[in-house]
Amino acid sequence: MNGAPPAFLCFDRLSKSYDSVIAVREVSLAIAAGEFVALVGASGSGKSTLLKCINRLVEPTSGRVLLDGQDVLAGPPARLRRRIGYVFQGVGLFPHMSVGENVALTPRLEGEVLAAARIADLLELVELDPAMADRLPTELSGGQRQRVGVARALAGDSHLLLMDEPFGALDPITRGQLGERVRRLHDQLELTTLMVTHDMAEALLLATRVLVMDAGCIVADETPQALLAGAGGEVAQALIEVPREQARRLAGISE
Amino acid sequence: MSALVEALLGLGPQMAEHVLLCAAAVALGIAVALPLAVWASRSPPVARVTLGFASLVQTIPALALLALFFPILLAARALFGEGLPTLGFLPAWLALALYALLPILRNAVIALTNLDAELIEAADGLGMTSWQKLRLVEAPLAAPYVMAGIRTASVWTIGAATLATTIGQRSLGDPIFAGLQTQNWVLVLAGCIASAALALVADGLLGLVERGFAMRRPRLVIAGALLALAGIAGAAVSLLEWRDDARETVVIGAKSFSEQYILARTIGQVLAQAGFAVEYREGLGSAVVHNAVASNAIDVLVDYTGTLWTNQLERTDNPGRAAMYEQIVRWEADTTGVRVLGRLGFENAYGLAVTQETAHQYGLATIADLARVAPQLTIGGDPEWFERPEWVAVRDAYGLRFAAQRTYAPTFMYNALRSGEADVISAYTSDGRIAAENLVVLEDPHEALPSYDAIVLVSPRMAGNAQLVAALQPLLGAVDVETMRQANYAVDRDEDKRSPEQAAEWLLSAIPR
Repeated sequence: MNGAPPAFLCFDRLSKSYDSVIAVREVSLAIAAGEFVALVGASGSGKSTLLKCINRLVEPTSGRVLLDGQDVLAGPPARLRRRIGYVFQGVGLFPHMSVGENVALTPRLEGEVLAAARIADLLELVELDPAMADRLPTELSGGQRQRVGVARALAGDSHLLLMDEPFGALDPITRGQLGERVRRLHDQLELTTLMVTHDMAEALLLATRVLVMDAGCIVADETPQALLAGAGGEVAQALIEVPREQARRLAGISE
Repeated sequence: MSALVEALLGLGPQMAEHVLLCAAAVALGIAVALPLAVWASRSPPVARVTLGFASLVQTIPALALLALFFPILLAARALFGEGLPTLGFLPAWLALALYALLPILRNAVIALTNLDAELIEAADGLGMTSWQKLRLVEAPLAAPYVMAGIRTASVWTIGAATLATTIGQRSLGDPIFAGLQTQNWVLVLAGCIASAALALVADGLLGLVERGFAMRRPRLVIAGALLALAGIAGAAVSLLEWRDDARETVVIGAKSFSEQYILARTIGQVLAQAGFAVEYREGLGSAVVHNAVASNAIDVLVDYTGTLWTNQLERTDNPGRAAMYEQIVRWEADTTGVRVLGRLGFENAYGLAVTQETAHQYGLATIADLARVAPQLTIGGDPEWFERPEWVAVRDAYGLRFAAQRTYAPTFMYNALRSGEADVISAYTSDGRIAAENLVVLEDPHEALPSYDAIVLVSPRMAGNAQLVAALQPLLGAVDVETMRQANYAVDRDEDKRSPEQAAEWLLSAIPR
C-alpha cells in the first residue's frame, strides 16, 4: 500500500448504497496501527456508514475492509465484533444489568468471567469509582454512562476502538474531559482509534489524522497541523472556519 | 345465603378441573406463542400472518370455537385412530389454547419489535449472536410485557373455560349452565363468584410475577410463580383423590334444560345405588350430545325420538310413533353402536293445549274435535311455532282454520290462555306448567305431530354391561307424562323451587319400581 509497515486497517474501493442513495463511494484508505483517526463531515456525508462497515453493523455493497490483512466478511460477524471496541452516542447500557455486568459483557459472550478486580481496573481507567460496579445504569449521569460505555468497549482487550459520535450527547465540560481521557487511554493502551464526529475542534484536538468526508467521498486526509495551516481544500477549511470564527468572536468580547 | 355457601363448597371438583384446564391451555398458548413471537419479531411478513390469524381466532365466539373442535377432532380420527377423544378435555384444551394465543403473541411481538434501538445496536456492536441477544437482552427486557399478555390470556381463559361445560368438560360453567336452565340463581351466582374469584387470584399472582420482572426483583417473580404452581398442583392432587375410586365410573350426559337435568340425576341415583361411580356432564350442546354418547364421551343419555329422527337419521317423514322408535333402535345398532335401552314412558312433544273450561265448553278431547270449532277460536304460539313443520303438518292433517293467530313469548303464552286472549296454545307436552295450570293436551289420533318419546341411550362402551342395563330396567316405561310434568314444575316454578337432584329423588319415589 503506502509504506513499509503493512496497514492495520485497510479500505479497498468500499461502497455502500441504500436503494438509490450512495452513502459511501469507492473509498480506499489505509490506517496504520496506533493512529487516532477522526472522521469529520456534515450529517449524511457517509462517515458513520464507513465506520460501521468495519464491524459489519453495515454490510458494504461492494469493496472490502481488511483488518490485520483479513477480510472482515470472512467469519461470523459476532466473532469479529468481540475483537473490536465499539462506543456510540446512544451508549446502550443494558438497564437490567449492573454497571459491572455491563462492563463484563464482551468476555461473557466468549464464555469467560471477568474478575471483579479487572472490572474495577476498567472503571478506574475511565475515572469512575470501582464501587459503582454494583449500581444500575439508571442511577448514573450521562457522562458516567458513557465512561462505562468506554470501559465496556475496552473489556474485550481489543486493539481497535470505533467511536460513533461518542460524546455527542454530553455537556461541553464532560465532553472535553472524557475526550482527553480517551486520548490518553489510546496512547497508554496502544490502541488504534477511529472516531466519527461532526465537531472539527474535537477532531483537531484529539486526533493524529483527520479525514473529511463529503457526499460519500474522503475529500481531505491531513494531520491537524496541516489542516490548521490551510491544507485539505474547501470543505475541510469551511469546517475549520466554524471554531476559528467562534474563537475570534470570543476574543472580540473579552477585549 | 347459606344456600350460596353450600353451593360454593360443592364446587371443589369443578374448581379443580377448571384450574387444570386453564393452566394447561395457557401453558400450551405460551409454548406456541413465544417461539412464534420471536420468529415474528425478526420477520414482518410472519408477524402479519401470525397476528392476523390470532386476531381472526379471537373474532370467533368462544362457544363456537369450542363446538368447532368437535368436528375437527372427529376428522382427525382418520389420522390418530378411533381412540382420539372428541369431547371433554382435549377439544376444550385446544380451543382455549388457541384463544389464549392472541394476547400473549401480540404483547410479545410488540415488546420485541419496540425494544430500544440503541440497546439492539449495543448488543450487535458488542458481538452477541442472535441467540445471545435473545437470551441476554430481548427476553429479559420483554419479560414484563410478555407477562402482561400471559396475565390477560389467563383471565380470558378462566372466563371462557366456563363454556367448556357445553362440550362435556367439567368446569365452573356446570353450575352456571345448570342454574340458568333451571332458573336457580344461587347456582348461577356460585359459578360466577367462583370463576371470578379464580380469575382475580390468577391475575394477582401473575401480576406479582409481572411486577417482579418490571422492577427486576427476582424474588417477586419466584414468589408469584410458586404460588400459582402450588394452586395448580393442589388442584391436580385433589382430583387424584377424587379419581381414586375402584368402582366403574359411568358418565351421564344431559342437555341444557330442566327435564334433562332431572332425568340425568334420576339415572345417576339409580346407578349409584347399584354400585356405580357416577359423573355428570350436564349442559351439553344439543349438537354434540348424540356424538358424545356415540363416541363414549358419555355413557348414558336421555334423548327424544323426534329429535334423533330429524337430526341423526335426517328424515322428514312421519311413520308413526311405534315405527319411528323401532327404526331408530335399528339405526343406532347398525351405524353408531349406541344401544337404545327403551322408552321411559312419556313424550316431550309438541302439542296443542286448552284450559279445562274450554275443553268442557266445546267438548274437546282430540285435535279432530278442535277442527270443528277452530273458526271460533284464537290460537297462540311461541314465535317459532308457526314456522315449524309440526304446525304445518297438524294444520293440514286436521284442516285447522282458526279465527286468529297470535305469537307470544313462551312465558306469556300461559298467561294469554288464562286471560282468554288465546283459546288454544302450542305447548311441550311434558312442560310442568301444563300440570300447574291444569291444562288439557288434546290427543292426536292421526299422529300428525311427530312423536318425541323419551328414550334411554347407552354408549357402545357400556352397551353390553349387564349390571348397568339391569339397574336401569325398572325406569323403562315407568315415567308417565304427569309425573314428569310435576318433576319439571318443581324445578321450574318460582316459589319453593327444588334442585334437579331433589326433583329426581321425588321422581324415584313417585314411580312404580
